[in-house]
Order: sequence, then structure tokens, then C-alpha cells
Amino acid sequence: MAVNNKIRELQEKRRKILLGGGEQAIEKQKAMGKRTARERIMALLDKNSFIEYDLFVEHDARDFDMDKKSLPSDGVIIGSGKIFGAPVAIFAQDFTVAGGSLGQMHSRKITKIMDYALKMRMPLIGINDSGGARIQEGVNSLAGYGEIFFRNTISSGIIPQISVILGPCAGGAVYSPALTDFVFVVDNISKMFITGPEVIKTVLGEEISMEDLGGARVHCEITGNAHFFAGSEEECFEQIKRLITFIPWNNSRKAKVFEPEEPDKNYDPDKIVPEDPTLPYDVRDVIRSVVDKSDFFEIMELYAKNIVIGFGRMDGRTTGFVANQPLEMAGVLDVDSSDKAARFIRYCDAFNIPLITLVDLPGYLPGIDQEHAGVIRHGAKVLYAYSEATVPKLTVIIRKAYGGGYIAMSSRHLRADFVFAWPTAEIAVMGPEGAANIIFRKEIMSSDDPEVMRKQKVEEYKAKFANPYVAAARGYVDAVIEPKETRRFLLHAIEASENKVVKVLEKKHGLLPL
Amino acid sequence: MKKVENPGLLNINSTLYKTRLSTKFLNRKPYHPANPKMILSFIPGTVLDILVKKGQTVKKGDDLMILDAMKMQNKLKCNIDGIIKDIFVSKGDKVSKGTGLLELS
Repeated sequence: MAVNNKIRELQEKRRKILLGGGEQAIEKQKAMGKRTARERIMALLDKNSFIEYDLFVEHDARDFDMDKKSLPSDGVIIGSGKIFGAPVAIFAQDFTVAGGSLGQMHSRKITKIMDYALKMRMPLIGINDSGGARIQEGVNSLAGYGEIFFRNTISSGIIPQISVILGPCAGGAVYSPALTDFVFVVDNISKMFITGPEVIKTVLGEEISMEDLGGARVHCEITGNAHFFAGSEEECFEQIKRLITFIPWNNSRKAKVFEPEEPDKNYDPDKIVPEDPTLPYDVRDVIRSVVDKSDFFEIMELYAKNIVIGFGRMDGRTTGFVANQPLEMAGVLDVDSSDKAARFIRYCDAFNIPLITLVDLPGYLPGIDQEHAGVIRHGAKVLYAYSEATVPKLTVIIRKAYGGGYIAMSSRHLRADFVFAWPTAEIAVMGPEGAANIIFRKEIMSSDDPEVMRKQKVEEYKAKFANPYVAAARGYVDAVIEPKETRRFLLHAIEASENKVVKVLEKKHGLLPL
Repeated sequence: MKKVENPGLLNINSTLYKTRLSTKFLNRKPYHPANPKMILSFIPGTVLDILVKKGQTVKKGDDLMILDAMKMQNKLKCNIDGIIKDIFVSKGDKVSKGTGLLELS
């Protein structure tokens, strides 16, 4: 039968292309502990949900004998599928084909799926595993990168964009992930840098391994370029799937609502926080004491640990948490923690996710390095992000809320919708010691026993100002609540602000201090 | 309450807080005021030529060295009048950004 022959011809063509760069190249990929591009897509998406497009695309480069070479699918796989039923568009670079190098048709496939994701308003996932620009294709390859960056930018804030780095991603290629919302990396597999170890060695004579220069750990702990660290590809895919359950498909929807569940009773908010404001505790336990199932999905766990960010659910609804972490660096705001918090606040605002802010910070980190690194500009980002955000903003002041830190952490003055304070809250212009030293300087200096006088004055200040009631008397705090009442108050506030309306002044765009 | 491992102390506004200290904080570089008489490499590269000798009198704006970096031959100019006190590099040396190249007196 003629039709059968045609079908067989298609099957044969598909079979050849599906081998990618061939068995040898696949073996090499596996030897590096990596899966092939198609295996990765299958592992990430719901079973049988993936539909591939542009399988038959070929490059049309002519120079350097490229016309004699066939590169199956031009080294990248694109298509769409589902994750826990949510639609996603995906591309995965195939390192077994010409090192996953990006040529003109390769980039056209990527931009095709990007356009599709934007038009259909669905999340875009990009799996990066590429040696970089296809040198033989010259400026056409560069044009391809530019087209991708442009689309990353115009799609930003409309559809969620997720980058997964599962191999090298170097030079200009790093800027697509950098423009996306969340970057996932895997230990010993991900490598990201602008100039690699070889260039550095040639120019400077300094030797460094790829891992130490731009490995997964470096980007999660030092640079903050990556948001999720995994020990294996499997673990990485689990993290991506979990993230997808927390975020909406696009900016005109809300995240999927789950069945409400009570938090684990073992997290007793009345017992987590030590009364002495100089003693540490893990603020994540406070988050776990209020979220459904005590299930908190932390983001950027290894970077600027003095602030905690992540998602949890309140009565089934996705909620973004920002919390000072007294366990690390006393929970201060500094350059890195400001960047981390501000970016996350803007993410939640862009995607209709209510924000809960837990406050316990002594202020900003003092230091020459901080001042010279521009803590003024970076700290301003937090003020900007909170002020600009129109999603419901709920604030719980747990203990210390001193000075500029009090204002920055989603205070009433930056238009928090609800501000609750625990009885342990200390809302004041600075800590009692610092304040007493300034206000009572003369009395302390002229006293017969300055140390005794200092202590007495500190106690006086503490009694008068280190509490939530001065702020509550002004209405800056809506309610002083018992720790165990926190979930009830927060649930009420979230429900009450379900239909919140804020009129935003018309403008082209504001100028976030960058 | 769980016990905190390796707590340090951090002083914020005269109060000592018991907390973990980050590696970044512990490894922060001590501050040194800039010495205008020390000429530093402003870009990583290779010393292509040294145009002055020890003891030579130089004026603001004079060329001191040629640094091959980022595919360019960069002229290193003198920013003050003075005498070359010492030269710390030789032709062909690779230098990173901020390396002391020569000192004026």
C-alpha cells in the first residue's frame, strides 16, 4: 500500500533524527552524568503530554563546509506539554548535536516556542546545554541570541520564564537565563560564566576550574544568579515541578487553589521566638507555623541567608513570604539580602501572589564594604518594590523593627494592607542600647558611675519604647496579637483583600534603582 | 528551641546579637585608603613596554607604560608630577586589575 510506505518513510525519518548526534555522542553525554535533551523533557513533563515541533528543521549554513554537514533538528528540541496538568512550552538544547551550539535555525526554533508561549500565555521552560555560538554561522548566530534576549524581556512579567542550566552556558548565552524569573542549577553539571577559565588563564595567568569559576554552588551561594540548587538532574526536575504548582500560568490568572490544610501542631508559634531580642531562632519555623501543612518552599536558600523568601499556601492559596532571619547575620538588611528580597517582591506582584512579611531585624549591616558596595542604592530597591507592589501586603512584626529597617519591611507607610504585631515586638527608632547612649549621653557621662547609669537608662528606654503599643497607639499597627492567633489573622486578611483595588498612576515605567 | 550551631556575635547599634556570621562577612577585605603615589593596573593584561626608568622625573600626563589588554594597547598615564621611586613589574608580566605597577615619590 502506497500510504503505508509513506507512513513507514516518516517513521524511518523520525527514527534517524531522534538519535540526535548519534550513539557515540549520547554515550559521551551519559558519561558526564547528563541525560539527553529528550530524556530530560520526558522526565520533567507529565507522561505522554509532550508534543514536539520542528523535528525536521535543518540549518542552511554554507561557509566552512557546513553545507556538507547534517545537524539533526539543529541541536535543539522544542514543543509543549504539561506539568501536573499545567500547560508549559519548552525547549531543550541537545549537546550531542554540534555541542548544542546556537546557529540561526537553532535560535529560530527557540524564538518560535517563545512566541508560542507568550501568545498562549503559558510558562516557558528553557533547558540550556550548549557550547555557545556556532562560530561557523557568524553574525547570524549573534542575531539569534539577540532575538532570544528581546523575547525574554517582552515576556517578562506576563508569562513565568524558567531556565534550567544542565551543561555549559557561557558567554552571551548566559544572558537569556539572567533575564528569566528562576534559574535552576545542578552540582557538577551546570557551568555559567561570561569569560571562561581559558581566557582568564591567557589574560591573567590565573588558573581556576570551571566549577570554582561558575559552577552551581558558586551561583547559588556567591553570585545569586541561580535560585535553586540540586544534587542531581532528578532532584532539579522535582524542584521545577514543585515551583510550577505554586505559580499561575500567566499574569492575568491566579495560582491554582489547593485544598486547605492545617499546619503541623509541632510548630508552636508561642514557643519559637526567644524573648531576648539578641537571641537567634529560625524564622522558617514561624512560617511553618502559619502555612498549610507547614509546607514552605524556599527560594535562594543558599544566598544572603539573612533574609528568607519562598512560597507557602494559606487556605490553599499561594502566598509569597519575605522574612528576616535572626539566625543568620542577626537578620540584617545588606546589599545581597536587599537584592534578593526586592526581586522576589516584584515577582509576586507581577504574578498576583499576596505577600506576607515577617519582621525581626536590628537594622542595616554597618561596614565600609557595605557602604562602598552601594547599600544605599541596593537597600532602596526594597522600599521601591514594597511601595510599588499592589498585591495584598500583610505584615507581622515578630520582634525587632528598628529604624530604617522598620520602614523598609512592608510598613504601613509603604502601604501594607494589614500590620499585625506580636507582644514581643519592639517598634522603635533604634535598639534600646543605641538610643539610650544618644538620648542620655550627658546624664551617663556626668554620672558618678556611668555604667550603672547607662544600664538604668537603657531599662527606662526599653520599658517606654521597646514595645508594639506606641506604634499601635498611632494606628501604624492594626492589631497586637498573640503568636498563636497569627494564622487566623492572616487568613482573615488574605480573604478580605481578595478583591483589593489600587489605582496606579499612569506612566510608561518607573525607575527601580538598579 | 533548637540549639544554634557556631553562633557568633554581631554588633548593631551598640547591641550584641548572637547569630551565625556569613563567610562573606568573615572574609570581607579590610579597607586601605588609596595611595595616589602608587600606580595600579586599571585593567587585567600584559605589560608590553615600560617607558620610564627608576629615578626619572615625570610630569602629570606623561606615558609610563603600555598595557596590552582587551585587544588594545592601553597607555598608562602619570596622574601626578614626581620621580619614579620603584618599578614592580617587567616587560611581559601578566598583571591583574589593581596590581601595583610602579611607585612615585
